Amino acid sequence: MFMFEKAVVGSRRYWAWVLGLLVIMGLAFLAYLRQLSVGLAITGLSRDVTWGLYIAQFTFLVGVAASAVMVVLPYYLHDFKAFGRITILGEFLAISAVTMCMLFIFVDMGQPMRVLNVMLYPTPNSMMFWDMVSLAGYLGLNAVIALVTLGAERKRMAPPTWVKPLIILSIPWAVSIHTVTAFLYNGLPGRSFWLTAILAPRFLASAFAAGPALLILLCLVLRRLTSFDAGREPVRKLAVIVTYAMLLNVFFILLELFTALYSQIPEHVEHFEYLYLGLHGQATLVPWMWTSSVLAVASLVVLLVPALRRRESWLAVTCAMVFASLWIDKGLGLIVGGFVPSPLGAVTSYVPSVPEVLIVLGIWALGFLMVTVFYKIALSVREEVAAS
Amino acid sequence: MRDRHVIIAALVVFVGLLTFPIWYARAAGTTARGPEPKLPATEKTCVMPVEYMRASHMALLLTWRDDVVRRQDRAYVSPDGKAYTKSLTGTCLRCHANKAEFCDRCHTYAGVTPYCWDCHVAPASLKGSGT
Amino acid sequence: MSVSRRAFLGTAGLSALGLTSKTALDAFALQPPHEPAPAPAGTRWAMVIDSKKCLEAGDCTKCLDACHRTHNVPAIANRAHEVKWIWKEPFEHAFPSLQTDYPPDALRDKPVMVLCNHCDNPPCVRVCPTQATWKRSDGIVMMDWHRCIGCRYCVAGCPYGSRSFNWSDPRPSIAQITPDFPTRSKGVVEKCTFCEERLAKGEPPACVAACQAKALVFGNLNDPESDVRSLLRSHFTIRRKPELGTRPAIYYIV
Repeated sequence: MFMFEKAVVGSRRYWAWVLGLLVIMGLAFLAYLRQLSVGLAITGLSRDVTWGLYIAQFTFLVGVAASAVMVVLPYYLHDFKAFGRITILGEFLAISAVTMCMLFIFVDMGQPMRVLNVMLYPTPNSMMFWDMVSLAGYLGLNAVIALVTLGAERKRMAPPTWVKPLIILSIPWAVSIHTVTAFLYNGLPGRSFWLTAILAPRFLASAFAAGPALLILLCLVLRRLTSFDAGREPVRKLAVIVTYAMLLNVFFILLELFTALYSQIPEHVEHFEYLYLGLHGQATLVPWMWTSSVLAVASLVVLLVPALRRRESWLAVTCAMVFASLWIDKGLGLIVGGFVPSPLGAVTSYVPSVPEVLIVLGIWALGFLMVTVFYKIALSVREEVAAS
Repeated sequence: MRDRHVIIAALVVFVGLLTFPIWYARAAGTTARGPEPKLPATEKTCVMPVEYMRASHMALLLTWRDDVVRRQDRAYVSPDGKAYTKSLTGTCLRCHANKAEFCDRCHTYAGVTPYCWDCHVAPASLKGSGT
Repeated sequence: MSVSRRAFLGTAGLSALGLTSKTALDAFALQPPHEPAPAPAGTRWAMVIDSKKCLEAGDCTKCLDACHRTHNVPAIANRAHEVKWIWKEPFEHAFPSLQTDYPPDALRDKPVMVLCNHCDNPPCVRVCPTQATWKRSDGIVMMDWHRCIGCRYCVAGCPYGSRSFNWSDPRPSIAQITPDFPTRSKGVVEKCTFCEERLAKGEPPACVAACQAKALVFGNLNDPESDVRSLLRSHFTIRRKPELGTRPAIYYIV
């Protein structure tokens, strides 16, 4: 199969990493079997907070998947040669992220065996239908692009011309997958926390900060552990992208805060109150949200100083802070905040259960395994080409 | 042949796996005898002819299901002109009242577990959770 | 004859496209998801709840007992996982925009009955990806528990909190199963269906039939002589969150 023989050859450290991931995946699978048998009652979800960690991960990872566009667009549309060596990394990251998204949706379903009903009974008025279509399409697009371009590189040929329109198509498609995901939330009349036009721009800004931040970390890890060196310039340019995107994201959050806190409409204020101060004695998310805010500000302080941003040790820590901050904000904060208070004014705490967290870790482990295997294949191909 | 013992052990396991159907069925006491569902005592005709029901009762049930739930079409007239209400519990199980002696006999033999019983109530099996 | 792999794949791809294009085009022809029901032409079911009469009955729970018994609604001990089709909610929770520091004595700390509003413009129907919930021509927002995939998008979409999800198998939590109505399985969303199975037999909804105080009045909005219409003519009524454009069909006399 597609160059997979390259992924089964590796050092002791490689195999230890792969085996560790497989163990986590195995445990998560057992937890999921229990969820299939007992039902979603084994999670921390409730009648009031009906979406939690699973859907939060899906929302966050759609952003990471879309962020591949941040390397594809400059390279293919603006001939920014520096990104030439890392577009394949971005595409493989996108494939892994979209797969994780689909798995997170799957494990969240009450009747997962019926999930094909979404395709069997297409419902164009439902944003969830379009989400499935756009995610499947994006997965297919990136799979074909990565396969063909890597295959061509291996044969030391230019990729066939028909792949270029697909690559160009993947750019607006990347924007669309995350816009559709935002539309899942911001068209619901009963959920005032999400009913804001800026939700889609917020999603895109946080995606274009979190995704490239992860890509930078992956490039630095690859430089440390393998012979692949992306070079200083791509990493620096990615860091500039992360800076601008993070600035926009923080600005958008401040805009949201202003609208809620200045208009003082209780329906809008209460969600922010719950998240940042606690409401009716429930303050589960307060430490998380403030951590996210502190991490966001701290990361911006570093990113905005070019001398610091160029020091790769500082950059690595900062990218981790950006990723963590956005994971909390978009993951926990956004989803749970939309459900509390409930339409009937109830404040219900959501704390993920142990099986729920295990399943989440298992899918993340699968994503990391996919990235590991894909990157191993890509780098082996590059080494093979370089050696000849 | 240094690995003789490993090879023989592996061969034993292999033959055991290969002949699994034979000795497992022996041990479990299963036979090739077919299912014998117990037919209702009073009624002699079903909503469709027996050959059709034997082959396609699931197709009929699915049509009934969508007719009732999605199209509010509850009236059914059988080929021999009798009127029925489309209902699993209300019509089918009115005659085939004992699920264990009728439905389950063939289902168990064929190894199918239709999930209808997760929701639809079989009157005779109210005590159990319906499998 | 030998066919190159490229040619084979190309032909296979075109054939697959040809075979599936009709299905895809049909799906996008934007036909209604189901044929209209053969109910009396132009029926539009609605309910008027007279809170005054309801509150006079005191601690009564006859309507919700009747509903939950008739439809095998489980009584789940864990409040986080409860399933309810009709229940009591404090006035300020049901009508948050009418919240006041000086409520009338009649309503102070008193509950109102809440249930699915069977909206004319339901957001839950708009978001369901499988049409497991849809709006019938007689106004009822119906559920198909065979099709529901348990995604809970409808729960997120409902502005009233009317929908409940089955977090686990409900059967152990049903004290007395009513055989002629199915239970639901774990993993699907459920809510009031205006007793459509009783309406099909010409009977009123279970809650309406059970209410001794005659506080629940059910009828056809399109019939000017119906009870609901005459109540709407003679009383001032409110609905829950009308500013959201959902056009609920449950009217409250407060």
